[in-house]
Amino acid sequence: MATWECKSLCKRYGKVQALDNVSFSIEPGRVVGLLGPNGSGKTTLIKLANGLLTPTGGELLINGQKPGKATRALVSYLPDRPCLPEWMSAEKLLNMFSDFYADFQQDKAREMLEKLGIDPKQKIKQMSKGTREKVQLILVMSRKAELYLLDEPIGGVDPATRDYILETIIRNYNPSASVVISTHLIADVEQVLDDVIFINHGQIVLKSSVDDIREQQGKSVDAYFREVFRC
Amino acid sequence: MEWTFSADLPIYSQLVAQIKLAIVSGVYLPGERLAPVRELAMDAGVNPNTMQRALQELEREGMVYTQRTSGRFVTEDTKVIESAKKLLAEREIKSFLAQMTRLGYPKEEIVSLLKASIEEEKNNGDMGM
Repeated sequence: MATWECKSLCKRYGKVQALDNVSFSIEPGRVVGLLGPNGSGKTTLIKLANGLLTPTGGELLINGQKPGKATRALVSYLPDRPCLPEWMSAEKLLNMFSDFYADFQQDKAREMLEKLGIDPKQKIKQMSKGTREKVQLILVMSRKAELYLLDEPIGGVDPATRDYILETIIRNYNPSASVVISTHLIADVEQVLDDVIFINHGQIVLKSSVDDIREQQGKSVDAYFREVFRC
Repeated sequence: MEWTFSADLPIYSQLVAQIKLAIVSGVYLPGERLAPVRELAMDAGVNPNTMQRALQELEREGMVYTQRTSGRFVTEDTKVIESAKKLLAEREIKSFLAQMTRLGYPKEEIVSLLKASIEEEKNNGDMGM
């Protein structure tokens, strides 16, 4: 069974068609890049998968179920902007996540905090933007989920942290879980991806494996993306 | 191990080439046990599925083999390693010759240039460089 499946999925905001007849499926054990220019529908798609939005038409299934209480236990979601309670410390957040999610591995989260030099006692509001993003990512990656939905996980962090994040994704790899990374920093993530989905104006333009693109086009996915989406 | 990837080739085939190079140049010794897929993938910074595919290809070519319970090993058959090495050398030479021909050198001149270059390197070596 597919970890994430969309069938003729549509989403309209008033007159704006954000997603138009989107169909694809992501099998377990895949690391997939959701790639598209600004405003192409990436975040809408991810929010639909989390049940934060409801589709205008079509169907979206996580492990065969419609988004809801049951799928929230399976999906670990990194929002496109940090939304952590400012008054809490990293420590308190770890406890909160342990309470909320049965699959949260607190020891793993602590190890990652230490590795990235983040003081667990520090409050979120005292942290820099990059550090907040790191904390959020640590929380998300410390769950043992079936599907990780990472909306722009590497946008705001420095290159060394970027490497650490990608390394964490590889270390976490589990043949029964899938990871979806939405980003426009393709060159940085290309090596860790199995497949890419190109999305533009709310439509799927291409779904292919990274190595098929390189083999057929003789260029990197990054270069191919620039060609497809030339302004 | 240092891994480098170019943009114009599939990642798995570059992994195949680099691991093969490590085997023929003795970085990995015949019969040596390779690290698990995930560790190799992390070291190279690539997707574990891609690393798996590269190792399967190397297995198909007889450069590595899997023992059901204990992991993956470099072949102990030095003949296989030698012939892979020879193949790589031939490919290097072919591309070198093609480049030199493109620069306009006739074959004999390429040989003398190469000899001179090797001599020079030897002399530099003697001077402790």
